[in-house]
Amino acid sequence: MSLTEIAFYFLSFLAIFSALAVILSKNPVYSVLYLIVTFFSIAGHYFLMNAQFLAAVHIIVYAGAIMVLFLYVIMMLNLNEEQEEKTKNWVKIAAVVSACSIMLIMVSLISKSTYNMGKAPMAGDAGLVQNLGKVLYKDYLLPFELASVLFLAAMVGAVYLSKKETSKS
Amino acid sequence: MEILPNITIQHYLWLSTALFALGVFGVLLRRNAILMFMCIELMLNAVNIALVAFSKVHGDTSGQVFVFFIMVVAAAEVAVGLAILMMLYRNLHTTDTDALNNLKG
Repeated sequence: MSLTEIAFYFLSFLAIFSALAVILSKNPVYSVLYLIVTFFSIAGHYFLMNAQFLAAVHIIVYAGAIMVLFLYVIMMLNLNEEQEEKTKNWVKIAAVVSACSIMLIMVSLISKSTYNMGKAPMAGDAGLVQNLGKVLYKDYLLPFELASVLFLAAMVGAVYLSKKETSKS
Repeated sequence: MEILPNITIQHYLWLSTALFALGVFGVLLRRNAILMFMCIELMLNAVNIALVAFSKVHGDTSGQVFVFFIMVVAAAEVAVGLAILMMLYRNLHTTDTDALNNLKG
């Protein structure tokens, strides 16, 4: 086994087990922490695939911004005590069955597909900042600008929604 | 079609499938709205892994640009979603989605 193979399997198992821990842990704070572990291992996968820019952005955006936002909300709602959820038994069984059937469908599709027949070019430096920036600012300039408008709308919406309602009369 | 030595596109697709199925499982199993949000993030990231793997196989940067845009939309979604959650908690004093049964006949 080469070093990259070991790294791939280690990161994959880390991602899957911490994802499982996110779902199964009772305390929401632990879920957030395990989700951060998952995101770091996904960033490690990006590094393995030579997508350095995405790996850095992934850590900054997810572990740095989104997870902090989650932790703040959990702190403000005071949800950090362990509380038993009253999930009905048939809901649990239905969740297991439907997740397993989605997994089964996709695995059978992937293993039956003839996609890997051809030989594709392997450009190793597609994920470097220089190449990504060229594509982003040449071919995807309009979506890039629209994303900033989306952010503005999301920001206004978030501020408006979380504002405390003053007197209604 | 190897991405790394001895690691093919199939390996990455299986990883992506496993993470996506776990996300679906979490959304269906947990009743806490914050946990459901986190599982949605998990599903988005599973799709991102598949996109980056395909981008690597084809040597095309567009796939990674799509991942970038997915991250943008996910960040906006989390900001608005958590604001909605705050409003929900202020009105109902719970984040349990089973408490939201006003539309039930």
